[in-house]
Amino acid sequence: MNVFDILGPVMIGPSSSHTAGAVRIGRIAHALLGHPAVKADIALHGSFAKTYKGHGTDKALIAGIMGMAPDDDRIRNAPQLAAQQGLEITLRTVELDDAHPNTAQISLTDAQNRTITVQGASIGGGNIQITQINSMDVLLTGQYTAIIVLHQDTPGTIAAVTQVLASCQANICNFRLSRQKKGGLAVMTIELDGTVTQDLIPQLDALPNIFSSTMLKPQ
Amino acid sequence: MNQELHYHSIEELVQAATQAGTTISHLVLHQQAAQLEQSVEEVFAQMEQTYQVMADCIEPGCDPNLRSTSGLTGGSAFLMRKASEENRTLTGSVLSGALYRALAVSELNAAMGRVVAAPTAGSCGILPGVLLTMEQEKGFARKDCVMALFTASAVGMVIATNASVAGAQGGCQAECGSAAAMAAAALVELAGGTPEMVSHAVAIALKNILGLVCDPVAGLVEIPCIKRNAAGAAGAFVAAELALAGIPSAIPADETIWAMKKVGDAMSSSLKETAEGGLAVTPTGLKLHQQVFGSSDPVSCSGCRGCHSGS
Repeated sequence: MNVFDILGPVMIGPSSSHTAGAVRIGRIAHALLGHPAVKADIALHGSFAKTYKGHGTDKALIAGIMGMAPDDDRIRNAPQLAAQQGLEITLRTVELDDAHPNTAQISLTDAQNRTITVQGASIGGGNIQITQINSMDVLLTGQYTAIIVLHQDTPGTIAAVTQVLASCQANICNFRLSRQKKGGLAVMTIELDGTVTQDLIPQLDALPNIFSSTMLKPQ
Repeated sequence: MNQELHYHSIEELVQAATQAGTTISHLVLHQQAAQLEQSVEEVFAQMEQTYQVMADCIEPGCDPNLRSTSGLTGGSAFLMRKASEENRTLTGSVLSGALYRALAVSELNAAMGRVVAAPTAGSCGILPGVLLTMEQEKGFARKDCVMALFTASAVGMVIATNASVAGAQGGCQAECGSAAAMAAAALVELAGGTPEMVSHAVAIALKNILGLVCDPVAGLVEIPCIKRNAAGAAGAFVAAELALAGIPSAIPADETIWAMKKVGDAMSSSLKETAEGGLAVTPTGLKLHQQVFGSSDPVSCSGCRGCHSGS
């Protein structure tokens, strides 16, 4: 803990969990898509579903999907900005099993019809957890530099990825693999100590059986 | 320079500052620079920016047309400022200045404005309320007000370590109470009080708000949160005035923080940000809930207690 954890974050109100945390969840979905979204389907669960109007959770998620940070003055106008930019939003409420009360599920589509689905929870104080990517269980907090690698579940893929990380002097502090089925789509979520250079990503993308890799900086 | 501060107790801060013959803020600034691996100048500059964000809240927060996203609140900072500036107040420009500034920041937060969580979004008006008033009504230098934020932060870290600054965990006493204690500490140091007096001010501010529940109408950070920010700013001045006059707190600050934790633990969960008790379930509270959400279901927050601040 430091002084800026107590006097901070600088954020758009009214609620660190229902507003600031929501921006962060949207922003990770935005980063994972890697291109501007043209369509966004937002499903809200629990307290998010019940109170989103009063807390501006919907605006916060849309702002995050557009890449804004939690202290961006444009958050309150995010739905209008989305409309101007041709981002089509659908918003609905859902009941998810075993999900944290402040959970949102976001499905994004870009102009080339690439899609990503992210489920995340706002767990207090603006802190979040990403719990699913494309229906695969993950656990990401946004507090570390993270590498998300979507790949085909094949022998040697993890070794190849960690080899690249090792060659970049990156120290792994958390590693998780999740897959839809044996030999099917799989996702590695790798959290790293400190920072690593962005040129890691093209090296990972050049490996066989890798669909995409994304680096998320700590938020 | 003692860089071994652990923020485990107020007593530790007081002793370290007294022994070094300096202020708590001076020690904290240098320790934080070492901890964050930044220069003292860089850390001060970041705190100065934090203070500037607080200052930038006042004008938009006093807009007579400001309304929250829910439509429930807005416009009271404007009225309080008008009364203050027209000299129509009972207590003069310092207290009324702190009241309107605390309302302004808090109402801006409810209207999706840009604020500093201090320590939470729900209590974001109290520190700017008192410090900006000291700068603008009493003529204190901005750099000294910025330094006072380091003392406030240190107090906040001790409270967060030993109790909580989250309404969902400790009720409003943990949010507005912590903010009032932090603000009282800042005021005493700014006014030239000793580290010992800072400690008494922390104790007095917390004692005076002990037991306050978190019972937000419709689960929103608006009613009663906004007015409690005004009360928290006033409470900080009460505690600071008493401590600066040389009045000690019979119960030491660290024991008061301990008591606040115990009271928070004993508080029913219906009174800890779940909107299931207190003002939230009054007939008018429920009516306002229905007005915003179109349902009279009083449970707007699921009571997961996962929140750390705000709501």
